[in-house]
Amino acid sequence: MAKQIEVSDLDAYYGSHKAIEGITMTIEPRSVTAFIGPSGCGKSTFLRTLNRMHEVIPGARVDGKILLEDQDLYGDDIDPVSVRRTVGMVFQRPNPFPTMSIFDNVAAGLRLNGRRSKSELEGIVESSLKDANLWNEVKDRLNKPGSGLSGGQQQRLCIARAIAVSPAVLLMDEPCSALDPISTLAIEDLISKLKNEYTIVIVTHNMQQAARVSDKTAFFNLAGQGQPGKLIEMDETSKIFTNPTQKATEDYITGRFG
Amino acid sequence: MGRSAFRRSHGEGPFRYATTGAGILVLVIMAAIAVFLIVRAVPALQANSANFLTEQTWTPNASPPAFGIAALAWGTVISSFLALIMALPVAVGVALFISHYAPRRLASVLGYVIDLLAAVPSVVYGLWGVIFLVPFMRGPSEFLNTYLGWIPLFAGESVNSKSILTGSIVLAIMILPIIAAISREVFLQAPTMLEEASLALGATRWEMIRMSVLPFGRPGVISAAMLGLGRAMGETIAVALIFPATFTVTLQVLTGNGNSIAANIANGFGEATPIGQGALIASGLVLFVITLVVNTAARLVIARRKEYSRAAA
Amino acid sequence: MTTTIHVLQPVSMGRRVKNRIVQGLVWLAFAIAVVPLVSVIWLVVTNGLKRFDLEFLTHSMRNIGPRDAGGGAYHAILGTLEQVGLATLISVPIGLLTAIYLVEYGSGGRLARSISFFVDVMTGIPSVVAGLFVLAFWVLILGLGYSGFAGAIALSILMLPTVVRSAEEMLRLVPNELREASYALGVPKWKTIMRVVLPTAFTGIITGVMLAIARVAGETAPLLLTVFITDSINSDPFDGPQMGLPLYVFDQAQRPNITATDRAWTGALTLILIVMLLNLVARLISWWRAPAKGR
Repeated sequence: MAKQIEVSDLDAYYGSHKAIEGITMTIEPRSVTAFIGPSGCGKSTFLRTLNRMHEVIPGARVDGKILLEDQDLYGDDIDPVSVRRTVGMVFQRPNPFPTMSIFDNVAAGLRLNGRRSKSELEGIVESSLKDANLWNEVKDRLNKPGSGLSGGQQQRLCIARAIAVSPAVLLMDEPCSALDPISTLAIEDLISKLKNEYTIVIVTHNMQQAARVSDKTAFFNLAGQGQPGKLIEMDETSKIFTNPTQKATEDYITGRFG
Repeated sequence: MGRSAFRRSHGEGPFRYATTGAGILVLVIMAAIAVFLIVRAVPALQANSANFLTEQTWTPNASPPAFGIAALAWGTVISSFLALIMALPVAVGVALFISHYAPRRLASVLGYVIDLLAAVPSVVYGLWGVIFLVPFMRGPSEFLNTYLGWIPLFAGESVNSKSILTGSIVLAIMILPIIAAISREVFLQAPTMLEEASLALGATRWEMIRMSVLPFGRPGVISAAMLGLGRAMGETIAVALIFPATFTVTLQVLTGNGNSIAANIANGFGEATPIGQGALIASGLVLFVITLVVNTAARLVIARRKEYSRAAA
Repeated sequence: MTTTIHVLQPVSMGRRVKNRIVQGLVWLAFAIAVVPLVSVIWLVVTNGLKRFDLEFLTHSMRNIGPRDAGGGAYHAILGTLEQVGLATLISVPIGLLTAIYLVEYGSGGRLARSISFFVDVMTGIPSVVAGLFVLAFWVLILGLGYSGFAGAIALSILMLPTVVRSAEEMLRLVPNELREASYALGVPKWKTIMRVVLPTAFTGIITGVMLAIARVAGETAPLLLTVFITDSINSDPFDGPQMGLPLYVFDQAQRPNITATDRAWTGALTLILIVMLLNLVARLISWWRAPAKGR
């Protein structure tokens, strides 16, 4: 199911403000790609262009091309709804639907796409929760509201919800920034496990995390206040963290700024 | 220095008493409203030769006086519910239009316009209703009676556009801005992260609203509807000009039959004898109790909503 | 499972259609709401302008029969200004002090909670019931007769909860640091409230009061029961029946002649203008207070 993404010359705007400029990169299937960079560099904005969530913000728009295998996500005949169905997303703060039970949260995406039999639904919910390493903790209280779980459990619930519709790509926008260290570790373990089946893109402000979980790392930076963010370099994670080509990258990962 | 350095400031005591006194005055006023209404209503009720709860006539000025609340209370309830049924779907649609469909600039202008419309005095709606809507409704009333007469609501022999239905339409137009304004507020408060959660799952705009906005806004909309209902029940002047002012309990809202408590007070007050005034005050007491129940229910729903949004945060 | 050439699966027809239908319904609801509201405003403005002249604003209805043309609403405008002014004088001090009690002194005690509860109950009192109360208490029991002041009492009962609620909200917005800074300087609590808390919340409270005034300025039913109706100018709100602008509209609308109807429309236009002006001023004050916050 995992697919390759090819981005070419992508710009994104908020109204008249250009947030990112000229991004070109290839994201490999069945691997974890991490986006790092100082705040405001556009890494989250770029992530949100990958499933057309960027344009949800009023006044926001995108120029450029993103190919998922052979299809341009921004093609004229492409419905953003089908893009989001195929490219799943996990947000910075866990956001389970508070009125729904744990079961209904995981089944929410499936129910959008037509009726399924109860047993089929139960099967997918169980396997998604197992894949998200949450099944053992919640199997006895599937009908309780998801908001009763701890922060880390809620975030794994959101991951289960995202993978239940078997997306081709999974985007994660700083998924651990609102979590304690133990929950963070649980999510990181989960990411390493999920990369066997999914193309995973993760935005993180934590460089140790990028180094731990990702195969490739992309470093974003901006020239100054009000300037658009740009992709500085992208390479194997080990290379970025030991021997980066660009001076800016080295300055950033050695903590000289950012 | 003879006095303690820690003595209270001169003004503290009087100021404190003044604020406490004002607060207590609120309680006194509420008690006075109940007491004086009852005091004035009791003699009339004692002089009443009919059963106040079941009697369908209203002749408190005759001797012996005979009056009952049944027809008036029924008219109040059915006209308000009709108004609510007409106003609620439209108001929720308008609220969604402003919060989630209209372009941003248009939306903020519209929100402002709705707020202003909620402030238009009811007598203006009444004037519009009696001069424009009553003649205008002649055709539609005949139409409903002829083709939908098999529905009890639209049945009846003599169709008159000065009817409960026309009054209900005016009430609906009056409470629409109120319900829409409150609903828009709660829809706008729906957490962005929940809206994004459903969009990211591949929900269409409607599915996003169904999954994230409506469950969050439901208690707010319910309480808005109840506040609108309470407003419709207490509305006096607009319907006093339109309701037919007869005293019969009927479902047939197109015929020239029906009245409401508030409209009857406004229309009957001028020529009321002391007993007649007492009878009107008694009916006002009943109206007070009905609206109290509706408003309290609305407030309970709001209180539940507060707990819910705390759980969501 | 069938193998698809494309990764992206199209959204099913049913879902797209449903989405479109709801979008259509929402636009339809908006259209349905706009039509009658525009009709009300349009008729009030076009019909109201016919008699919106100097005579209307400066003459009463004295010696003008229902069939006669001419006449005006001076007595009604004067009455409304006096009644609403008196109602404001009664309700603002009581409402403000109550709000101060609730925020600064009551601190969630039994008394504060019951006051708060009954303020809510008061919000829901139908205006006609407030009128009946003043009728029962003032006119019938104290035997003081119909007057502008009796109407003002009824209006102040309707204003009071709005004033309390908005003032309470504004007082709660004043940051506690300000109060503590003042206490730390040795300023007693009541002076802190008068000199620090109230001035900080001032514009917000004024906005709330203006909105409350706008709301009661259009009330008709309580006036009908307490002020009664007159065709003459009575500038003394404490003695004898007065007129009010909403009452004037109601009174003229009940008469079948076109001359009376025209006067009713013009009265309605004047009333709307007054209410809108009050709303506008209130909004300008709150906008001026928080220029950066505008949405």
